Amino acid sequence: MTDEIVIKAEGLTKKFGNFTATDHVTFEVRKGEIFGFLGANGAGKTTAMRMLCGLSQPSDGTATVAGYDVATEYEQVKRHIGYMSQKFSLYDDLTVEENLVLFGGIYSMPRKKVRDKITELLQELGFEAERKTMVKSLPLGWKQKLAFSLAIFHEPSIVFLDEPTGGVDPVTRRQFWELIYRAADNGITVFVTTHYMDEAEYCDRVSIMVDGRIDALGSPAQLKRQFHGNSMYDVFYALARTAKRGD
Amino acid sequence: MKALPYLLAKEYKQMFRNWLLPVVFILLPIAMMNVVPRIATQEVKNLNIAVIDCDHSTLSSRLTQKLQASEFFNLYATCPNYQTAYDLLQEGSVDFIVTIENEFEHNLYRTGGADVMVTVNAVNGMKGGLGNSYLTQIVMQYAQELGYENGTVARRPVTVEPRYLFNAALDYKPYMVPALIAMTLILLVGFLPALNVVGEKERGTIEQINVTPVSRIEFILSKMIPYWTVGIFIVGFSMLLAWKIHGVTPAGSVWLVFLFNIVYIFTISSLGLTISNYSDNMRQAAIVMFFFIVIFILTSGLISPIASMPHWAQEATRLNPLRYIITAMREIYLKGSTFHQLLPQFIPLCIYGALASVWAVISFQKNN
Repeated sequence: MTDEIVIKAEGLTKKFGNFTATDHVTFEVRKGEIFGFLGANGAGKTTAMRMLCGLSQPSDGTATVAGYDVATEYEQVKRHIGYMSQKFSLYDDLTVEENLVLFGGIYSMPRKKVRDKITELLQELGFEAERKTMVKSLPLGWKQKLAFSLAIFHEPSIVFLDEPTGGVDPVTRRQFWELIYRAADNGITVFVTTHYMDEAEYCDRVSIMVDGRIDALGSPAQLKRQFHGNSMYDVFYALARTAKRGD
Repeated sequence: MKALPYLLAKEYKQMFRNWLLPVVFILLPIAMMNVVPRIATQEVKNLNIAVIDCDHSTLSSRLTQKLQASEFFNLYATCPNYQTAYDLLQEGSVDFIVTIENEFEHNLYRTGGADVMVTVNAVNGMKGGLGNSYLTQIVMQYAQELGYENGTVARRPVTVEPRYLFNAALDYKPYMVPALIAMTLILLVGFLPALNVVGEKERGTIEQINVTPVSRIEFILSKMIPYWTVGIFIVGFSMLLAWKIHGVTPAGSVWLVFLFNIVYIFTISSLGLTISNYSDNMRQAAIVMFFFIVIFILTSGLISPIASMPHWAQEATRLNPLRYIITAMREIYLKGSTFHQLLPQFIPLCIYGALASVWAVISFQKNN
């Protein structure tokens, strides 16, 4: 991990009418870091993440991702990031290989490189037999691993993961985090939201959002000291209890 | 434009993996070309009449026979009195009652004139009106015939001999077929694109696209091009069907038919995609598109001629792309009009297409 800053948000805000989904959040993420973005349902995590990915315009504040302003240079931002949404969003009427070829092509990767990477990737995941399988017939855990691999297929410098392990069994969750670690080892910055507190412990640093604000930010060890908890669960519970917003 | 071939490959695969779509592309033109020209006819035939012959004379029976012999009428019943005939009209068995007066023959010989009363069911105004004029014609001819026989009419009075141009047999099929091709197209390459982008929104796959640097033009082109190829296939296939089934072929150039339809397909697929871009779910897109299709069809001149509409409605039809294609197609099919003659249709259609396609690209938002 270096001190180079790849995500920088200052007073980032998103309002929908009178409702402030994300309320002036300020934080920085360093290159190669695994940054956990925690918060109860409706705390504003997905909204913040969508602004950082250039899908949504901030109502106020600024943010840069990979050095580009998310409000104006969002198409540049998109060249440097990968994104895995909360809802599975690969084409389930295309095969595993066809999905990878499609997104490789969209990011203008050379054909040969795409071919080689697919072989390599399917080997790594143990998916060789599923190369020509329609994505819709894969089990959920496999789909999630594939979605993650696709999000980093074009070798982005940052990958955003929105609840990537929701509904996935513990074993697959473990394997999934191994993939995340491997990506981080390759220098990819990982920005991840989760509801699993054991996963929060795997992160280098964690922020916790309550009612659209970031109420805590630090390494899991620091936060546990600060909130006098034994686990991240205690920290999260102490903060989430203060929330005024319902689900 | 590096991503376009990949996006197109994806669209074609998805289109043909959905088994229903290719089946519809084949079956809908067959159904439209085979069935609709036979049933969507405005010719009035098989009108049922009831005759009340109060005279029972030679001359009154001859009139009844004339009515019976007409290709337009079926003599449903001869009734003893008006009430019986009126009951038949009430229950819907007959649409016309012809009452031949008492002393019909006597009056004719004596005064040279006699009365025939015609009662018409005018619920369907057009049927009633046309039927009435056929009836009048038959009665008048009969009167003339009697005039010759008696020598009261010396020579043939002035007669009008119409000469019908472009569709000598006044056949309804060559008039309907070109318009039906335009209708088949809007149902397929107008409606299906409307469900396309919004379908990706519903499935969530649009997120994965929006987060890539793919350009809006490339994405929209990848959505349109497959429908263009399908549309061009449908035009060719429908023309072939019209020729094989009804023997209807364009009097003008086949290439001109294709040229017009390409611009038209471009226009309606752009409109469909624009609606899709604005919609949040497929139901919404379908209802909005359905609204437009119904309005477009009703004001296109497909059924009622534009020239008979009120002035404001005629002006409003200028906003209807279907109007231009249906007019142009009928002119090419029946009159054999040339490109130059059809410029008043071609230019608005091109402007429409250009605006709609720009709108389709602009309304696709990757960032909001």
